[in-house]
Amino acid sequence: MKLFKNILASVKPHFEKGGKLEKMYPAYDAFETFLFVPDHTTHAGSHIRDAIDLKRTMITVVLALMPALFFGMWNVGQLHFTAIGEEFTLMSAFTFGALKMLPLIIVSYAVGLGVEFAFAISRGHSVNEGYLVTGMLIPMTMPIDVPLWMLAVSVVFAVIIGKEVFGGTGMNILNPALTARAFLFFAYPSFMSGDKVWINTGDSATVDGFSGATPLADLAANIPLDMSLIGSFFYGNIAGSVGETSTLAILIGAGILLVTGIASWRTMISVFIGGYVMGLLFNLWGANEFMMIPSYVHLLLGGFAFGAVFMATDPVTAAQTNTAKYIVGFLIGMLAILIRVFNPAYPEGMMLAILFMNVFAPLVDHYVVGANIKRRLKRVKV
Amino acid sequence: MSKDSLFSKKNIKLLSDPLNDENPITVQALGVCSALAITVQLKPAIVMAISVMVVLAVANVLISLMRKLIPSRIRIIVQLVVIAALVILVDQVLKAFAYDVSKELSVFVGLIITNCIIMGRLEAFGMANGPWESFLDGIGSSFGYAWILIVVAFFRELLGSGTLYGYPVLEKIGLYETGYENNGMMILPPMALITVGIIIWIQRMKNEKLIESK
Repeated sequence: MKLFKNILASVKPHFEKGGKLEKMYPAYDAFETFLFVPDHTTHAGSHIRDAIDLKRTMITVVLALMPALFFGMWNVGQLHFTAIGEEFTLMSAFTFGALKMLPLIIVSYAVGLGVEFAFAISRGHSVNEGYLVTGMLIPMTMPIDVPLWMLAVSVVFAVIIGKEVFGGTGMNILNPALTARAFLFFAYPSFMSGDKVWINTGDSATVDGFSGATPLADLAANIPLDMSLIGSFFYGNIAGSVGETSTLAILIGAGILLVTGIASWRTMISVFIGGYVMGLLFNLWGANEFMMIPSYVHLLLGGFAFGAVFMATDPVTAAQTNTAKYIVGFLIGMLAILIRVFNPAYPEGMMLAILFMNVFAPLVDHYVVGANIKRRLKRVKV
Repeated sequence: MSKDSLFSKKNIKLLSDPLNDENPITVQALGVCSALAITVQLKPAIVMAISVMVVLAVANVLISLMRKLIPSRIRIIVQLVVIAALVILVDQVLKAFAYDVSKELSVFVGLIITNCIIMGRLEAFGMANGPWESFLDGIGSSFGYAWILIVVAFFRELLGSGTLYGYPVLEKIGLYETGYENNGMMILPPMALITVGIIIWIQRMKNEKLIESK
């Protein structure tokens, strides 16, 4: 760390007022504050103080993503070797997956941070930290075989249209990571759905009886769910986007977020309850195979858990008041299952449900605040 | 009646203002609906732009000629009759000479009647100015409408279908062999809105008159 400190100290004069690279100061500032806790304090108009700043918060979320990421890497390798009928070990599967996954992560960060730095420099504000998490979330919500240039295009779209047009981190209406995924989903559907994209088989032939479809895609096609695989749904050695398959790994991440108090437990719990209640309602209805599956299975399948833990709890796009957090979370859960069951074209409803409720969160907040004011006004005796 | 020459500074401004400072779509936010609906490809967008231009210019002149005769209480309905008659003329001409495009534009030719740009210009300009000024204003406004339409359609057709005016540009330069794919989202209406939004963004960045004072 001493080395970094010396380097930063030696280049600092160039970036300060009057230096030849004065315009690039936001870029310098980003590196300095990323590596070291900044020594400058807030000087005016601040009412809330916390021991950790935004960068430290974001790093905690990235840490919470690690179990799901490492599991996802292993899962990519595991599915690959099983599909082509080769032996594999824990390490060989993990290494294969990691090598497949790294380019996605690098492209996501390089492109996203590139856009962020460009905006920070042109607008003269400091680089916002939000992208540290977004950059990790985006590749984790993608199928492993997504072409890198498509990933780059969706990242550019998400950062510019999803975030920068609204004023950057903290101002966005939609979750940027999901904006990227939604963009890819509608722009290049053949690379984002179906049964060809979830498992990397390279050019090798696949074993007999191999199917690359996700459990949800099977269900949407009216193929009954194999309930003996329920353990797999929980551990996550099934086909799907890289980070979403393992409910177990996601729950570990959820534990980290809840213990550190970074994510809202209200949102998380109510998303799960909403999904569960909707599943029960469909059980009562029971018109087809999809409606009949036990309610708790819905919570294990697809991106439900991933969305509930990492996407719905995004502090910027979620509801701000506690009551609204319950309402919005509950509706996200319900809508996700509703879209999933009713619209076979979108086997994964979680993405659309969260984006939809992102839009409505401020409205729910508005009414919650209004109701609170009314309630308290009644107590006033004039 | 003003005694200005035909192309005095004031009259030129009638032509040039709607292109940028007073653009009907990006500044006045009129006629957005049709701008989203028919910009999937260049050809219908251009035909639409020409149709609107003919209707707007002629209607503006007609209304301007009649402006002293129209009782102000029924002026809206008179304007509508003039516009509707012209739109039907345009529709029939399209059906006779460009049937394919006319089918593609379908209901949107008829909907020119309700295009706010036309009603807006007649009400704001044709009712108060002479025929020559009104004609220039009509042409200017529809050019302002047209260039937005064409720019949006250019990007939507190029990125969404890989063609330009029906010509497969991207295929000819061999882009698909490198793994390129058409962007299906560009064909969907939301991307038209976002494209118009980006044009507004760039325009406001460049044009200082449009930046709201803080």
